[in-house]
Amino acid sequence: MSKATMQPEPDSPILEVTDLRKLFPVKKVRLFGAKDRFVHAVDGVSFQVGHGEVLALVGESGCGKSTLALTLMGLEKPTSGDILFEGDSLASQNSRGLKTWRRHIQMVFQDPYESLNPLMTIGDIVAEPLVVHGIAPNREEREARVIRALEDSGLKPATEYLHRLPHELSGGQRQRVVIAGALVLEPTVLLADEPVSMLDVSIRAEILNLLADLRQKRGISILFITHDMGTIAHFADRIAVMYLGRIVEIGQTLEVLSNPQHPYTKALLSVVPVPNPRLRRERIILQGETPNPIDLPSGCRFHPRCPVAFEQCPVVDPRLLSIGDQDEIPHAAACLLVNAESQPVP
Amino acid sequence: MADQVGATNLRSLWRVFRRNRMALVGLFMLGAMIFTAVFAPQIAPHDPDEVIRISIDDIYAKPGANHLLGTDDAGRDVLSNFIYGARVSLTVGFFAAAISVFIGATVGIFAGFYGGRVENLLMRFTDIMLVIPDLPLAIVLVALTKPRLSNIIIVIGILGWTGTARLIRSQTLAVKQRKFVLRARAIGAGNWHIIRRHIFPLVLPLIVVNTVLAISLAILAESTLSFIGLGDPTTLSWGQMLNYAFGRGAMSSGALWALITPGLGIVWVVLACTLLGQGLEQMLNPRTEWHHLSVGAEMVDREQIARHAAMREEASLGAAPTGSPASG
Repeated sequence: MSKATMQPEPDSPILEVTDLRKLFPVKKVRLFGAKDRFVHAVDGVSFQVGHGEVLALVGESGCGKSTLALTLMGLEKPTSGDILFEGDSLASQNSRGLKTWRRHIQMVFQDPYESLNPLMTIGDIVAEPLVVHGIAPNREEREARVIRALEDSGLKPATEYLHRLPHELSGGQRQRVVIAGALVLEPTVLLADEPVSMLDVSIRAEILNLLADLRQKRGISILFITHDMGTIAHFADRIAVMYLGRIVEIGQTLEVLSNPQHPYTKALLSVVPVPNPRLRRERIILQGETPNPIDLPSGCRFHPRCPVAFEQCPVVDPRLLSIGDQDEIPHAAACLLVNAESQPVP
Repeated sequence: MADQVGATNLRSLWRVFRRNRMALVGLFMLGAMIFTAVFAPQIAPHDPDEVIRISIDDIYAKPGANHLLGTDDAGRDVLSNFIYGARVSLTVGFFAAAISVFIGATVGIFAGFYGGRVENLLMRFTDIMLVIPDLPLAIVLVALTKPRLSNIIIVIGILGWTGTARLIRSQTLAVKQRKFVLRARAIGAGNWHIIRRHIFPLVLPLIVVNTVLAISLAILAESTLSFIGLGDPTTLSWGQMLNYAFGRGAMSSGALWALITPGLGIVWVVLACTLLGQGLEQMLNPRTEWHHLSVGAEMVDREQIARHAAMREEASLGAAPTGSPASG
């Protein structure tokens, strides 16, 4: 395959995730009758990413965001459910198909200090994907693509960086190298797993602007994974809030931020710092710890920490249902208070 | 690109290496012996193969002007035998070490990288090899095959790889967990590519260290085999010299030179390899305090802080190191 061969219909999603589950078995000494226990990292997640769309996936650590990203890359095998990329199913890919898959979907990792091989030069690191996929086998062509990717990632002049080693660069520069290494394959989807959380605040905006630019110029779809509501507000099209392996609320950024429905979203938003010190808001501080993903609470997973839980919550597991069907892009939440008509899921 | 990296790495390594006196001494000792072995024909006063006519006085003759270290039971010059013997001992050392490190590193990397059944199979096999006593098995194997130099090399090589395998495996496990390996997978790299580009280069320093240490073990093993009479009778290694001297009355005739000379040769090379290997290990093994990137909990140690401060001072003054930073 040379270029992206498929010309998508305007409205079809580029990435479609349906009822994805990823359970990790917990190893333990089993005596008679002991049940297999699992960590429910991702537990029934469905969403779509449109062409050129930025979807932000927000949630606290341990809620399954990263596992979801690894599953989307085919680095973890889903327990059930499927992922469609341009209509192609991940489950049906053989190892060669998986390789092509990873050409179109690229990932930027959280820790730029660890995700670069300390013994390889920047040039070699960025060229590695080309070598792996056998693209641009001759030297000049490969170097040209590497230089273009580096400059697109904001490392100018690129030739100055080619022969340097990762330890000579700052964290922000390294993250740019990681992004360049993903861009060099000209992917259509970029998974960014907390790409700025390890960086200084002053550099975060630069990297975020870079990602926003890439979306604009190249039309890349981005799944942006973060635990920080503040970083995404200005460039995500839609937000999906995750809690304990599930999406509890999803909708357009503005809509979710201005009109949060799920109590968890409300709590997250209430603690985002605001620049105006006189503006006093009521902060919702959640009680207790995130429950153990091995022993999930009954009913709604959020009920033990929910400030507005009522007697139905420990019994009924609310489904992700749309609020007000007049919106073009639906805003949905999984909460009994929002969706009175939700039925208990057996 | 690669050669530039190599150059900077080598330069920074040399800078650390220079500070380690023990390693420097080891390097010098080993280098001197290699030099002797390579230029044996030029250095040795006598040709060991020359046809000589001897009288009774030439047997175990005392060190003198003609024979600096005396003669052996056949009236040959001990010094020349010693110099030519270095060739045999070092050849066996290098080749046997190469074989055992190659096997050990391959087993270790594959076991560590693939995990699961592959690892179980390989490491249980390693354990079995580890519990079998090396020397008796080596004696049996050499006795069963012909005691030729090549056979001795192979036998020593295939018996000495277990420690390397375990060490390399654990290092591979550590490297495998690092994020850049995950990133390599995410760009679509296969196992072979990851092993070649990401695992092997990071395990290589340990392999180098192990090779140096394996050389000394191999030389010791060859000397042992030769001493008990299982050496290649057509070549004269240090172990062989000891065997002849011991078996042919050097002790009773008081010809200590015939025993001490080859003995010291073995000690010299083994000591050199051990010093060099330990020095390299301190430098290259990230788990030891001496690693040039280490800023671990060990640094809290007061004595060490003082030592490091002193080293920095020396470095800034450009003076030769004093004191003994290479202890431990």
